[in-house]
Amino acid sequence: MRLLGALRDWMGGYIGEFWATLFLGVAIIMSFLPFNVLFLVWLERKVSGHIQRRYGPLHVGPHGALQTVADMVKLLGKQLLTPAATDRWVFLFAPVLVFLPTMALASLIPVSGAEAFAEMPIGLVAVVAISSITVLAIFMGGWASNNKYAVLGGMRSVAQVISYEIPVLLSVLAVVLVAKSLNLREIVEAQQRFVWYALVLPVPAVIYIIGITAETNRAPFDIPEAESELVAGFHTEYAGMRYAMFMFAEYTNMIVLGALGATLFLGGYDGPFAPGPWWLLLKAYAIVFFMMWMRWTYPRLRFDQLMSLAWKFLIPVALVWLVGTALVVVRIG
Amino acid sequence: MSTTLPPAAAADAPLDTYLLNMGPQHPSTHGVLRLKVTLRGERALAVEPVIGYGHRAHEKMAENRTYAQFYPNTSRQDYLGGVIYSVAWAEAVEKLANIEVPERAKIARVILSEFNRLYSHILWIGFFLHDLGATTPLVYSFEDREAILNLLESVTGSRLTYCTARFGGLSQDLDPDFPRRAREVLAKVKARWPEFEDLIDGNPIYQERVKGVGIFTKEQMQSYGVTGPALRAAGVPYDVRRVEPYGVYPRFEFEIPIMDQSDCYGRYMVRVREVRQSVRIIEQALDVLPDGPIITKAGLGSKFRLKPPVGTIYHAVESPRGHYGILLVSEGGTEPWRAKFRTPSYANLAVMVEVMPGNFIADIIAILGSIDIIVPEVDR
Repeated sequence: MRLLGALRDWMGGYIGEFWATLFLGVAIIMSFLPFNVLFLVWLERKVSGHIQRRYGPLHVGPHGALQTVADMVKLLGKQLLTPAATDRWVFLFAPVLVFLPTMALASLIPVSGAEAFAEMPIGLVAVVAISSITVLAIFMGGWASNNKYAVLGGMRSVAQVISYEIPVLLSVLAVVLVAKSLNLREIVEAQQRFVWYALVLPVPAVIYIIGITAETNRAPFDIPEAESELVAGFHTEYAGMRYAMFMFAEYTNMIVLGALGATLFLGGYDGPFAPGPWWLLLKAYAIVFFMMWMRWTYPRLRFDQLMSLAWKFLIPVALVWLVGTALVVVRIG
Repeated sequence: MSTTLPPAAAADAPLDTYLLNMGPQHPSTHGVLRLKVTLRGERALAVEPVIGYGHRAHEKMAENRTYAQFYPNTSRQDYLGGVIYSVAWAEAVEKLANIEVPERAKIARVILSEFNRLYSHILWIGFFLHDLGATTPLVYSFEDREAILNLLESVTGSRLTYCTARFGGLSQDLDPDFPRRAREVLAKVKARWPEFEDLIDGNPIYQERVKGVGIFTKEQMQSYGVTGPALRAAGVPYDVRRVEPYGVYPRFEFEIPIMDQSDCYGRYMVRVREVRQSVRIIEQALDVLPDGPIITKAGLGSKFRLKPPVGTIYHAVESPRGHYGILLVSEGGTEPWRAKFRTPSYANLAVMVEVMPGNFIADIIAILGSIDIIVPEVDR
């Protein structure tokens, strides 16, 4: 952290502090996220392997750690097919757009008490707003592919993400009420003074995890790509690195929304002994691990059951908790 | 009850419907099956199975081979019922040519057939869950299947396409150690039951996905000739082993599990209970397995020059998927004059036209999976 600060001051002397922060932030996030994706894909394969009484990748590198690197090289070498009947520019732009919002989100999460690459007084609103752009890219990809499976996947994705944003928002609002702030760093500081919000708001925390599992289109809510029904859903027609971009986005989304969950419910970067970023990573990975565990345990919900789970169960429960939290906060003051 | 298919591809088709070709290459059509699905949104208006992509003319092949030469074809009709189909062919020809089977071979055939049924059902549980989107049960069921396959491999020499039966017996004798190893495998399979029940049956998502989904009425099943677990799930105790006993099945005690719901859950439960009955049959058979020859002299000699007398027979067995029948017509030559195979998956698939409309895409996959379809058996 100190080194980073010194670096920023040194660069700031030449190009101004704003540009120095921007440059460093982009450099760090851009280098961290791809490595994180490689790690998470490996982790997913290991977790699934051990859940299924297998080993998972084992041969490339120690415990298969370089397997995903090899896979990435393979994907890089693949031909970028663009089917003839696609809506060309939308088709090409979708894999790029799907990745952008998650990058922006990563910059908004406070990684330690002092440093946040882009700190905003209403950081939480920005996070929620930006995170809903991803679904647009997914729908663009599905629509432009001119493939019935892809269109179905895209439509399912839109309906699902929009439905599940509401319970996520309601559970996040409960946190805002308790912390009395929309600034993510202040939310963490409020938890430092009080206690992790997962302990006082257990139900919103659970709803948040269910909601982000649905928002990242992961099993048991993976109906937009539902392998056994829609072949590959919205990315059926994508090959090579374009397909990899969708995978990149999915895993980046997982870690970013996991980090947000850690910030809101598990005390964020707060922790003893180690510096803040390590604690944030650890907590985010714990949430991600939980999501992987769910994926390899449950069957997929049907589309209408998914909708009724959101609208008939999660939203009412989240609303009740929100109102209850508001009453308690007002009473205690 | 009949369903008229709205012509989705026709010029006068309603604009809010569209035609989705599921297959012949699709992860969940279990092979080269094509479903022409007319959809409105996510809901199917009509489903038309299109078959024949894997047609290999098994019936014609049977007419051009000697009786013994047809053995390899039997297990290639149903790749998960190899032993049962192989034994069925042997029994059909034995019926036609009046060949005696020694006692030990009769019992051994039951043991191997029931092991076959066991692994077919266990694997089905995994594949059905896979169709519903859960990948892990598939790997678990493969583990049990692996144990059974290793056992069958040790006595038959093959793991998937068995042609272990011979006219008048079996190709290889069961080794003296076989009963012990068989009991070990059974103990392993039994130890897995509570785990499967907890993980699958006790899962609320699973229950939501299968209960009340894909209900077949008795009338529909009667008119299309649906058999096997699908029929028994509707409360009809039709099992060829009981209604038209063959082999030595009448000697063993076993129940025909039935359910009343006739939905995907009922078909699942019937199979789960049949697994227990198969284990029960194997245990009884292992207890009474006598010593003696595994194949008769006449059977050994019949390998090349078998000429059954003129006649027509029909032999039916209970395959893991239902009623499998062989019609054999002999004109006295070394080759059958006509061989007709009545395969259960063919009839079970045909009823889809009636059952599927009105369901969601996800349910189409679930219903198709729930009848345990084997596409090579449909096409033959």
